This record gives sequence, C-alpha cells and structure tokens, in this order.
Amino acid sequence: MNRFEYLRPATAADAVAAAAQPGAAYLAAGTNLLDLMKGGIARPDTLVDITRLPGLDTVETLPDGSTRIGALVRNARLAHDAGFARRYPAVAEALLSGASPQLRNAATAGGNLLQRTRCTYFYDTASACNKRQPGSGCDALHGDNRLHAVLGWSERCIATHPSDFCVPLAALDAVVETHGPAGPREIPLEAFHLLPGDAPERETVLQPGELILAVRLPPQAAEFAAHSRYLKVRERTSYAFAVASAAAALRMEGDRVAEARIALGGVALKPWRAREAEALLAGQKPDAALFRRAADAALADARPSAPANAFKIELARRIVARALTLAAAGTPNRIPALPASPFAHQTGGAHHA
Amino acid sequence: MPELKLNQAPAHVRHGSNMGQPLTRRDGVLKVTGAAPYAADSKVEGLLHAVLAVSTIARGRVTHLDVAAAKAHPGVVDVMTPENRPALAEDPDAKTNPFMFRLDLLQNDRVRYPNQPIAVVIADTLEAATEGAALLAPRYETEPARAGLDTEGRFSPNTVGVGNPAEASHGDVEAGLAGAAKRVEATYETPAQYHNAMEPHAIVAHFEGDRLTVDTPSQGLAMAQGRLAGLFGMDPKNILVRSPFLGGGFGSKGFIAGPQILGVLAAKLTGRPVKLVLRREHMYGPVGHRAPTRQTLRLATDGDGALQALHHHTLTASSTFDDFFEPASDIAHTLYASPAIRTSHEAVRVDSGTPLFMRAPGEATGSIALESAIDEMAEACGMDPLEFRLKNYAEIEPLSGKPFSSKALRECYRQGAERFGWSKRSLAPRQMRDADGLLVGYGMGTATFPALMFQANAKAIIKRDGTGVVESGTHDMGQGAWTAFAQVAADSLGLDIEQIEYRAGRSDLPDAGIAGGSAHTATAGTAIHRAGAAVIAKLAALATENPDSPLYGAGNAGVIAREGRLHRRDDESRSETFAAILDRAGLDQIEESGAAATDPAAAGAYAMHAHGAVFAEVKVDPDFGQIRATRLVGAFAAGRIINPKLVRSQLFGGMIWGVSFALHEHAAVDHRTGRVMNPNLGEYHIPVNADVPALEAITVDEHDPHVNDLGVKGVGEIGITGSAGAVANAVWHATGVRVRNFPITLDQLIG
Ligand SMILES: Cc1cc2nc3c(=O)[nH]c(=O)nc-3n(C[C@H](O)[C@H](O)[C@H](O)COP(=O)(O)OP(=O)(O)OC[C@H]3O[C@@H](n4cnc5c(N)ncnc54)[C@H](O)[C@@H]3O)c2cc1C
Ligand code: SF4
Repeated sequence: MNRFEYLRPATAADAVAAAAQPGAAYLAAGTNLLDLMKGGIARPDTLVDITRLPGLDTVETLPDGSTRIGALVRNARLAHDAGFARRYPAVAEALLSGASPQLRNAATAGGNLLQRTRCTYFYDTASACNKRQPGSGCDALHGDNRLHAVLGWSERCIATHPSDFCVPLAALDAVVETHGPAGPREIPLEAFHLLPGDAPERETVLQPGELILAVRLPPQAAEFAAHSRYLKVRERTSYAFAVASAAAALRMEGDRVAEARIALGGVALKPWRAREAEALLAGQKPDAALFRRAADAALADARPSAPANAFKIELARRIVARALTLAAAGTPNRIPALPASPFAHQTGGAHHA
Repeated sequence: MPELKLNQAPAHVRHGSNMGQPLTRRDGVLKVTGAAPYAADSKVEGLLHAVLAVSTIARGRVTHLDVAAAKAHPGVVDVMTPENRPALAEDPDAKTNPFMFRLDLLQNDRVRYPNQPIAVVIADTLEAATEGAALLAPRYETEPARAGLDTEGRFSPNTVGVGNPAEASHGDVEAGLAGAAKRVEATYETPAQYHNAMEPHAIVAHFEGDRLTVDTPSQGLAMAQGRLAGLFGMDPKNILVRSPFLGGGFGSKGFIAGPQILGVLAAKLTGRPVKLVLRREHMYGPVGHRAPTRQTLRLATDGDGALQALHHHTLTASSTFDDFFEPASDIAHTLYASPAIRTSHEAVRVDSGTPLFMRAPGEATGSIALESAIDEMAEACGMDPLEFRLKNYAEIEPLSGKPFSSKALRECYRQGAERFGWSKRSLAPRQMRDADGLLVGYGMGTATFPALMFQANAKAIIKRDGTGVVESGTHDMGQGAWTAFAQVAADSLGLDIEQIEYRAGRSDLPDAGIAGGSAHTATAGTAIHRAGAAVIAKLAALATENPDSPLYGAGNAGVIAREGRLHRRDDESRSETFAAILDRAGLDQIEESGAAATDPAAAGAYAMHAHGAVFAEVKVDPDFGQIRATRLVGAFAAGRIINPKLVRSQLFGGMIWGVSFALHEHAAVDHRTGRVMNPNLGEYHIPVNADVPALEAITVDEHDPHVNDLGVKGVGEIGITGSAGAVANAVWHATGVRVRNFPITLDQLIG
C-alpha cells in the first residue's frame, strides 16, 4: 500500500475542500476502498476519513414523509431498523442479502452506492482494464466473463455494478443528496451511476470532492410496503454477489396493480430500472402471463456481452417474473432467514397492510 | 474392540480407557481465545518483515526490477533478487527423489508461472515491505502462456501420484465393451483447485551463530528440517523447526515451500530475524494446487447390470518444470468388481506452479467422475444406484485380486441408506418437489481411501512420580492430533490422560514422519503405542526381577498396566504402582522408543482401504438453477476410532469439501495468461454456513487386525470421496440434467 496522508476533518465543508484535491479519496468503512488499496488498484495520496463527520449517521423521517438515510448509516443498522424495514421491506431485504454480517456491520450507505465493480480484471492489475487505466483495453471482453453485463454495456467495458442496496433504491425513486465544491445538490439515484459508453472510468456523476450526505426515499416509496420483494440469484446460498437480481414493488388497488416498480441488479453497470415493464403492469390484474410479459419487456434491450453470459438474459427474465409473483403474494411478516434467496421459504404468512 | 496386545512383549497388556472416548480437543480453548501461537505470531527481537514480489506473467524473463525505487522507500532495508540472493548449498532445481520438488528461490531471471516469486523486499514494517514490492515495477520479456488441458504436447507420464504406474489393467476392456449389453461413455472435467488453508504459509526465521530456528506451519517437520539442511548446507541438528499449530494444510504444507525458504534466505541476507507471510493471492502459484483433470469413463454391463468393463482415463496437467500427476484414474482399482478394468493417464505441461497433493489427491478428482459414471450406468440399466453398486460390489480388490484386510462397505451402504431414507427416492429424475416447489434430488456415492502407513518414531517416559511423558514430532493441523495422540499415549502407558504429558510439533522430538495420506494417526499412533509398550516392558522387568516387589517372579505370567499400577496378570490382587517400582530401583525415570512403518507382509497380502457410503439431498430452483445441498448422510468404516468426536469433525469437513467440489470450488484460469482470476476468498467460492447441509456421519464398526497394531485406518480424506459424486448425482436426480463440468453451476442447468 502506498504512503498516504490521513485527514479527519470535523465538518463537511472541510471534508469537501480536502477531497477536491487531486489524488484524494473519501474513506468511509473502507470495506471496498482498503481492499482496492491493498491490491494496488486504488492508490490515493490522501484519505479523507468521513466517519466522524457529525449528523450523517441517522435515519430520519422528514415532515413530508420522506425518509432520509445518512451517508454513514451502517448497512446492518439500516436493515435492522424495524420502522425502516416495515416501510421499505425490499430495501431491508436487499441489504441483508449482501456481503456478510461483519461487512454489513461496517459498510455505510454512501460507500455502498460507490462500491466499485467486481469484475476480476478490474481487480487484477496485470490485466488491461479501461476502467482502472483508461485506454488500456478490456481483458474481460474475451476473457472469463460469464457473469458480465447484458444491458447497457459497451465494447469499452462490460462490467456490472454489484450493489444490492441500490436496486430497490432505484426502483423506489431514491434521491442522493450531496455536497460538492459547487454546493449542495440532489441527484436521482437512477441518474447517479453512469453506463460505460466511451469512458468507463467515469462511474458516477459526482464531481471531485463531492460528498454524499444522504439517500432520500420519497413519501410515495412507502406506499409499496405491502407488496415489495428483492430476489437475488447467487452461486452460493449466501455471501456472494448477484448473478442477477430484481426488486419488485407493487401498489395494489383491490385486485389490480395501481403502480409497479421494477429494477434489476447484476445485469448492467448501474441498477437497471425497467420502466416499460412497469408501465405494462399498471392497471392490470396480476397473473403469471402478465408478469412474464413484464419480464420480457424489462429485458427487451438485453444482449449478451459474450456468449458465456447469454444465459443471464433468460435468467433475469425469470427473476423479474418471480420477484413480481412474490411481491404480488405480499411482503412476508418477517424478512426470511435467507433474505432474497430462492431458498427462503415461500410458504408462510404474508403481511397485509 | 479387543484389548490391545503388546507386539514386542506379548506377555504384558495395557488397559486404558482413553481411546474411543469423545474427548474435546485440547487446543480448542487456546484457539478460540487466541492463545494458540501460530507461526506468524512468533515475536523475535529485531524482527524484519519480508514481502514477495511475484511475476504477473506466466512465462518469460524478468528484464528489469526497479530495486533503487524500492530501496529508496522509507523503511525498506534490502531487496533480495537473483543478483544478491545468498548462495545455497544445493540447486533449487535439483531433484534427487520424487518427493523433492523444484523450488523457485531466485536462482535466475526466468519466469515459469504466474505468481512465481521474483524478488523479496525486506523492511522494518510490513507496510513498507509491501509498498517496496509494488515499487519494483518489474518489466518482462514475455512468451505466450500455455494454459489449460488443451495445451499441445500430450504425453503418458511414467508414474502418477506417488510413484503409481500410470497404466494398469486386468482383463480385456475392449472385449468387455464390445460384447456388452449396455454401455456408457462420458467425459468429466474438474478444475484446478487451491488448498487455501485459512492460515497462509508463514515463516519466522532466525539465525543465531550456526543455528537456525524457524517457526513455520509444517505437515512434515523432519522433512522440512532435512530440506533446509540440504539447501543451506547445515547439519540438521542445528535446525529447529517449530510448528505447534497449523491453520490447515491439506497437503500444501507437506513440504516446505519456496516462499518459506525465501524467508530464511532473507534472514540470512540481512543477518536479522525475518517474518514472511504469504498474501492470499500469492498462494495461487508457489505452494501447490490440485491439478485440473479431464476424465473419460467407459463402462459396460451385461443384461443384469453386472459390469463387464471399466476404463478410467485421465488427462491432467503438471508444470513445465516438475512432475506431479494427479492420479485420478486409480480410484477405479478398488471400488467396483469387473472382469476387465483399465486405468490410464495422460498429461500436458502448462505454465502453472507445480500441482501437489491436495486432500484426497487423485481420489477426490477420480471419485466424482467415477461415481457420476456409475450413476449414469445405473440409469442406463434402469437400476437404482444403490442396487447397482451392490450388484457390482467388490469382494476382493478387483485390480490386484487381493482380499481386503477388512471391508464393512456393505454395512455402510445399509446404515447410510436407512438413516437417509434412500428408499423414498424416485427412480426417474425430476420427480420430487418440496412444499415450496423446489426440485428435490437424491444421490449417492461410494467413499474410499487407502489405509496407509508411513514411518514414525516416538519416545515414552515413565517418571518417578508415576506420571508419563510421551514425545513424537506429530503435527496438529486442526484435526485434533494432539488430543488423539495423547489418548493413544495414555493408553500405551496404562495411565489416565491427565497423568501424561504429550509433546509434539517440534523437529527436535522423535521424527513422526508426515501428516498426510490420512496415515498420521495410524503411523505415529502405532509408534506411540509401541514406545509405551517398550517402556512398560522395562518397568515390568524392574518389578518382576526384584524380590522385594509383589510382582516378583511374574515374568512369565506377565503383567497388566492399568491406572498407574502394574498388576500380575494371573492374580490381579498383586500389584504395584509405577512410582513404587521406580522408587525402589532408585531411578528418576525410564524411557524407551517405538517405531512404526508399513508391514510389508500385510501390505503384500491384503488390500487395505477405508470405505464409506454417502447419501445427498439437494434442492434446485426449477427456474434459476440455483442449487443447495440440504442433507448429507455418510456412513464410514475406517477401523478403530480413537476419538469419535474428532473423527466426526474430520468426516464433516471432508463431506463439506465434497459439496464444495461439486458445487463451488474452482480456480478461474484465464487461458490467455494462465493467471488465476479469483485468487481471494471472496471470489474463490467455498461453502459458507448457509451452504453447509444438515450433516450426519455414522461410523460403522470395523475391526481390522492387519492394517497396524491399533487397527486404525485414516479418516482425514475419505469424507470428500463419495460426497462430491453424491451431490452431483443428486443434482442430476433433481433436474434430469447431467452436468459433467465441475463445479456444477446454475448456467449449466438452465443454459
Ligand atoms: C467480500 C465482500 C462481499 C461483498 N458482497 C456484497 C454483496 O453481496 N452485495 C453488495 O451490495 N455489496 C457487497 N459488498 C460490498 C459492500 O457492500 C461495500 O464494500 C460497502 O458497502 C462499501 O461501504 P464502505 O463504507 O466500506 O465504503 P468504502 O470502502 O469506505 O468506500 C467505497 C467508495 O465510496 C467512497 N465513499 C464512501 N462514502 C462516501 C461518501 N459519503 N461520499 C462520497 N464518497 C464516498 C469512497 O471514497 C470509496 O471510493 C461486499 C464486499 C466484500 C468485501
Ligand atoms: S469489463 Fe470494465 S472493469 Fe472489467 S476489465 Fe473491462 S473495462 Fe475493466
């Protein structure tokens, strides 16, 4: 690991000033950043430790009914906040399906949004990677790419964004509150991460030094609480990133879907909102055929980035259809012991709000 | 179990009740409280930290290292490269016996595999050494990497595994295939796997004058000492290797590996004690791995489902510069009766580190292929897989024609099947579902592992206070060897376990050989048992030859050692304590040695193997293909069980590894570069808690008078065999899809 300056600013403004300098990086829990530094993938000159900044570690309900999650709220704390989990069960389920208990105890909300891809060529400094070293090429393109993107990728980069948390956040219209050198601003989560295009090294719309203060869920997000699920297919039962995943949330009126929200994970370099699929569901009576049509619509633009990942397209369709089915059946009273897993018992009580 | 008899002095028996008890491991509390010292915990005054720089290419030459930049980094003390590496007394490329593996000790600028050490940076702190290694920024002259089993240049190795013939046969396989009613031919692939012991290879090396002390995890202390002595031109007596605890070894710590020796070289170069701990990703190269295989099985049966021919062919890979050929086909020698059996091996050479023994080397890889093929053959015959295996039960070892020294496999099948509920299995696949609609499959596999003996020595001491000391340089890799050997030792002296001290884990104790081949308990245990016997005989002589002893004259009748006393065998009311005997003789202590090795007569007359039957239940999501092993029942017959609790843990560990083999583990090798792309435990998947099924390990009674004095067969490796195949067969039974490319991944089920 390179030698670096370590700063612990007392205010957000000081943090932003320090982190705006070239070569500086924010340090939250470090569960991603420190691994990258140990592997020589990230070599910041200055670490700006934000974990002692005041006021960023609370979950608040705002007067308009929004929920504001401070950037430093730990993943585990958020998921186990009973009030939060009741209002946004798919978010809690997604959080609990990620990483391991130890990691979730440490990992922060802001860090989760900004975690880097898990593309193994990105992590291997001996490989060419446009994201790590712009213009060097993409060794994943003809390499071990079984789990790479099927949506929104470019020849420059076929990686996926690994976050589970971001998937239901995207579905529920979350907004990211930031503070940058140019002052505060708000960015819809859906517009926060960038697709690779010609510049996969640009990962988000954040400006240098821009600090995430909070993630906000709008008042409407809670209206889906009774019919919200996250479903994550993995290569082992726990402690694995998604091969593909989906968040599905329905606002039911009688036996009809008034409004649907769908987002996919593990398929693109950002959480993938499926608006066409949502539109198909509005006003309809839920059934298997409808959900399958929605799933087809969600993946309509998908194409494999390599033959090895072609299977993910049909897999993702099936995940969307199942997630919708589970959501329609009702949010369970308790988050299953194996959150978001196909092996979570599907039978058992549902909660009707 | 019959009472243990003394071999050397059959007049005397010892009576102990320690063996067979489910004692809790003695190291458990130390480990969970952090008090157990592992090699890297060793603290020496003035310690420096060494970090490897490793090659990123698979093949070529290092043309430049920025040594100046590394040295300029604050805290860096020195950089060891081929230019300044201290001289060795022996060429690291020399190979005078098959157990001597060529090492990469900076002997030149050549690169022959990814992650080969190319320099060592030594610094005041670990951080400085790590950054120094990064600053070396090597440049290379790169040649194309040769990777994968499709590499050119297939050849037939002379031997496979540990000197086994690469080809073996009996009967005419081609004729058997030609004339058969039913035939199956299938090819299975197993990937490269890495041992990934929790504890990385680590060493703290410390020269004091002409003496060298190293703390390093070792499964073979005396061999490590000998290897160091050869390389450094030292008298082995001047080298002390300490390894009280290993955080797992699985074969990768059987021989001292290159990186550990580089730690010693760094100490020599700097004249200061040095600690070198491998980074996880550095373990994917210089410390061995399980080689990949492509196995083709050809089987044929008559109309009744009796095997007529079995051909097991393996293509594997070794490194370009040394020989280890995964003996995967050899499993077919023992398991199923067939009038014609042939096993054969081919290999290619790839730019990887040299493969090595990895828990059940050959058996694990061979088992998953053979058990899958047997399942396919049973299916072709329309038979239940258990019925098919019973139909083809080997009453004698098929290839050698030798009788088995013992074989309670039929009982394993019976008990395992009953406990598992095998009879509820549908014959056809994809018939069973659970309440949630998940596909349910049942599969089985036969487990087998040879009952081996290597060589070991032990010393037993009886002290004047009536307590005992037993010494043998045995290795506790986490299997609980300390505890099991202490049990054997206590019984060998007729003492309670609290009355003895058992010393192990150092090279200055009697050479206990190697903890490998599932033979450590059998071999070192026998040596301990014999050392105890010998010292009891000596004690008995002191008593029976002394007129003042109540045992005087009992020489012919013999004595029984029990609870610290010798009793006259024909009159147990006459007895004397150990302490009284030594007291009268005016001796502070008496000691004797014991040794154990293969008994050539028994090995010539009998086929000696442990056996087992493993039954697996898996669930598969019908849409996603995501798989979960939900239940595993294994029944194993492995001779005498010294400690049922430890044995169960070993069997569980093996069974979980079987799940891992079937469903998770693989090194993702990029065939363009030969690099392993998942060299960390985040991406190199092994089962996590949620993947570990409900486990049950039954030990079936088996009395084996031939394997060794104790009647012990090993249990360290057998658990993997059978289990991996059982899981794979269960996946087929759940889904109707036969995946032959391991591990079984969901894309192969739904793709
Ligand atoms: C083995 C392993 C398995 C994992 N599995 C999963 C999984 O299954 N699903 C999943 O979703 N995640 C998984 N994770 C990722 C984990 O969720 C992230 O590492 C974690 O959320 C990052 O949070 P952190 O606080 O540690 O961030 P850090 O590592 O401290 O920071 C990450 C990045 O965000 C930046 N940053 C942090 N906070 C802010 C802020 N407030 N403003 C601006 N920039 C900021 C940092 O500069 C850095 O670039 C896994 C991680 C590991 C190591
Ligand atoms: S897919 Fe993206 S992250 Fe992976 S190697 Fe290519 S450019 Fe780098």
